Amino acid sequence: MLCKLSLRNIRRSMRDYAIYFFTLIIGVSVFYVFNAVGTQAAMIRMEQSKNEIVQALSTSIGALSVFVAVVLGLLIVYANRFLMKRRSREFALYLTLGMGKGKISAILLLETLLIGVGSLVIGLLIGVGLSQLMSALVVNLFEADMTAYRFVVSGEAIVKTVLYFAVMILASAVWDTAAVTGMKLIDLMQAGGKSEKVRLKNPLLCVVVFLIAAAALGYAYYQVGWKTTAFGRKEILIWIAMGSVSTFFIFWSVSGLLLRIVMSMKNTYYRGLNSFTFRQISSKVNTTVFSMTVICLMLFVTICTLTSAFFIRNLVNKSFLELCPADFEVMLEIEEGEAGTYADITEMCAENGYDITADFADLREFSTFRDPEFTFADSLGSLAEEMRNEHPNYYFGSPQELIRQSDYNALMDLYGREQLSLGDGEYVLLCNFVSFSSIRNAALKAGGEITVFGQTLRPRIASCVDSFIDLAAERENFGVFVVPDDVVNGKTAQRQYFIGNYLSDDKQAAEEAVKRNFDMAQRAMVDKGESGISFIFITSKIDIGAAIIGLSVIVTFLSLYIGVVFLIAGGAILALKELSECTDSVGRYVMLRKIGAEERDITGSLFRQTGIFFLLPLLLACIHSVFGMKFAIRVMEDFGTENLFQSIAVTSAILLLIYGGYFLVTYFSGRGIIRDKQE
Amino acid sequence: MELLNIQQIEKYYGSKSSLTKAIDDISFTVEAGEFVAIMGASGSGKTTLLNCISTIDRVTAGHIFLEGVDVTKLRGRELNRFRREKLGFIFQDFNLLDTLTAFENIALALSIQKKPAAEIEAAVKKVAEQLNITDVLDKYPWQMSGGEKQRTASARAIVTGPKLVLADEPTGALDSKSSKLLLERFRYLNEEHGATIMMVTHDSFTASYAGRVIFIKDGRIFHELSRGDNSRKQFFDRIIDVVTLLGGDVSDAL
Repeated sequence: MLCKLSLRNIRRSMRDYAIYFFTLIIGVSVFYVFNAVGTQAAMIRMEQSKNEIVQALSTSIGALSVFVAVVLGLLIVYANRFLMKRRSREFALYLTLGMGKGKISAILLLETLLIGVGSLVIGLLIGVGLSQLMSALVVNLFEADMTAYRFVVSGEAIVKTVLYFAVMILASAVWDTAAVTGMKLIDLMQAGGKSEKVRLKNPLLCVVVFLIAAAALGYAYYQVGWKTTAFGRKEILIWIAMGSVSTFFIFWSVSGLLLRIVMSMKNTYYRGLNSFTFRQISSKVNTTVFSMTVICLMLFVTICTLTSAFFIRNLVNKSFLELCPADFEVMLEIEEGEAGTYADITEMCAENGYDITADFADLREFSTFRDPEFTFADSLGSLAEEMRNEHPNYYFGSPQELIRQSDYNALMDLYGREQLSLGDGEYVLLCNFVSFSSIRNAALKAGGEITVFGQTLRPRIASCVDSFIDLAAERENFGVFVVPDDVVNGKTAQRQYFIGNYLSDDKQAAEEAVKRNFDMAQRAMVDKGESGISFIFITSKIDIGAAIIGLSVIVTFLSLYIGVVFLIAGGAILALKELSECTDSVGRYVMLRKIGAEERDITGSLFRQTGIFFLLPLLLACIHSVFGMKFAIRVMEDFGTENLFQSIAVTSAILLLIYGGYFLVTYFSGRGIIRDKQE
Repeated sequence: MELLNIQQIEKYYGSKSSLTKAIDDISFTVEAGEFVAIMGASGSGKTTLLNCISTIDRVTAGHIFLEGVDVTKLRGRELNRFRREKLGFIFQDFNLLDTLTAFENIALALSIQKKPAAEIEAAVKKVAEQLNITDVLDKYPWQMSGGEKQRTASARAIVTGPKLVLADEPTGALDSKSSKLLLERFRYLNEEHGATIMMVTHDSFTASYAGRVIFIKDGRIFHELSRGDNSRKQFFDRIIDVVTLLGGDVSDAL
């Protein structure tokens, strides 16, 4: 009997439940999709190094899921409370018919469980489908091979999803039961009383509050976006708190001002249904100032994290291409004061049974030098003392690396980068590590004359050249001096380099072969009892790529996860509010029809109401984000902003898809609710 | 001049097995400038009749002509236009928009006709004077008394200058003093401004303000009274006599 009643209730109030159902389903599927990423990725063939990243990713998604579960849990409780309120009269009827509160609780519990189980099943089915799509993204982000891929369902993720959502749904059911116990019949019967008390806020107060809030917001924007002095985490939190409070008061005052402004424009206000439309919007915003603030802040966080994540990802990919322009590098460090055993690395390999040149299409070999009399401190000249005091942690005694101009230019030819020309007695300083180049630039400006191997050289350019010789993941060249060939000719080499591109187009296979052969050559050296093998360093483009792509993949996934969940939560809150408002206003629309308003005008009014309701928090969030991003970009240093637009475009697309989707669903269901039943 | 001509209309509810005839062959005419009351017990079909005339409901058979136009043939946008331009409505439960002030409620009837703002303001002020509600124009429905609300609703109904004002139990939710005040206004509008009013009621006192009363019982016209040269009191007594004949709860509602 109770079961029948519950089922009927759900069917009857399907319209009210639709958004709740919809939100639960999306929540469940998103939860599953992200938690299944680990299993998905495992099905795709990728190198060992990338598997470690997948592990790290799964762990961080697991940790983030707890937070996400809390957000979704709060959303479910909110939605449930909303539906409860809508049904006060129904409960009142049950009570007047003599049904006990226990039975009402039982009905509610049953309803919640039915909806919960239903949405769990549907959500998981959709999630399993979506996660197949997600693996396409995984393949793309990890640049992995998809040939070994097959349809896969993650049991672990299913168990986790069911467990988390069971707890959430049970919690909200318990909440309901508690709410039923506290209900009073008289309150229930009078709930949703017809006339709404509209009070216009004092316009003067609104203007004052608006100005103060806008000024506070502007100050926070200035602090975050422009102020150049360094600040800590504590100050940032203060400004974020300031921004949040201002956001609240902006919504509070705008809800009052907006109506006043439109009302003063008589020609607009008294055209068609405008007076009705703006009254509706104003009363809606008036009663949802707090939710609006929360939604606005969630949108702000979403926009910033998504944009930053895509920005970082593009940046990493771009700097990877720039800083790793060759496939493979061997560097042999020779102990100070000793001569190398072999002339170069090709000779070393050949003597030990490996013709390394056969595996490479293009290669460069060169040596670099050090003068023990020319240290970091010496390179700074008169500024050395000052810098020593300022940066006591730097090692000022290290001899500086020198490279021949001809070797450098040959290497740049391989890299496809710009070459240099030097005059007699000139040098150029290469450096791309930001905090070092600022010190070095100061020294170069101050004159920058150096003495190397007894020769005095002066800088050709009065600042560091943004370049490097080693393959690297980041900008980590502390300083290399390019000097005329004759300065170091005849001196003992300190480092021997071998840098080249593989002959084969199958880079993966070529790398495995080269590393295997090189390993054999090293074993031969060990067998001969030669020293110096521990000073051989191997770097490859593939190794560096795997390591740095990991970072960007993790950042991208986590921000997508958080962003999607926040968008769902924000959209759902607005949708619930708007739809319940529609149900309350059905009588008003009936009346409008009776006095002869066009159906087109009525749906137009609803569209405008829904649109402005969704647009207001988004608008403010966008303004916030402009300044938030300004700060984020400043923190990410001067990496250039050329890929920023691409990041913004991707973020906007995601935002449009989810938030815009909620808007459309809300508008169309709202139209269904207010539609004339007779026609 | 004949304004409204109702020809043999019928309205059935339900299925073939259990048919309810809400209106069973009713015909009558209303002249321009008349104030007509329709009386009947609950369930007699008087509200259905009003809904059919106002195009809110459709007749099963028959025709309703307003100024020679058959309103039963109107569809969709024509229908909305007809309601907007030719008719004014007054409901028992006022049906004011609770989010709008009295002024805005009245103005809405004009603004959905796309009238310019300057014209709206003047028209609303004028009609507010006629109905004695100038003081409450800036109030919201929840701040007004029942009588003020109903007069506001009446102002909204007549501000567009409709051919026919339809009132469904306009005094149903009012106390006797407010009722009297409203009805005085109706008579004023009818006599001084030539408004054609058709009012549904089950209250003899209310009906006695009209110039003609049509009695309906079980979906048919039972009797018809014209006021002629009678005073309101005399007319009221005549109405009571018919109500006694009618029996049922109309006499209870005295």
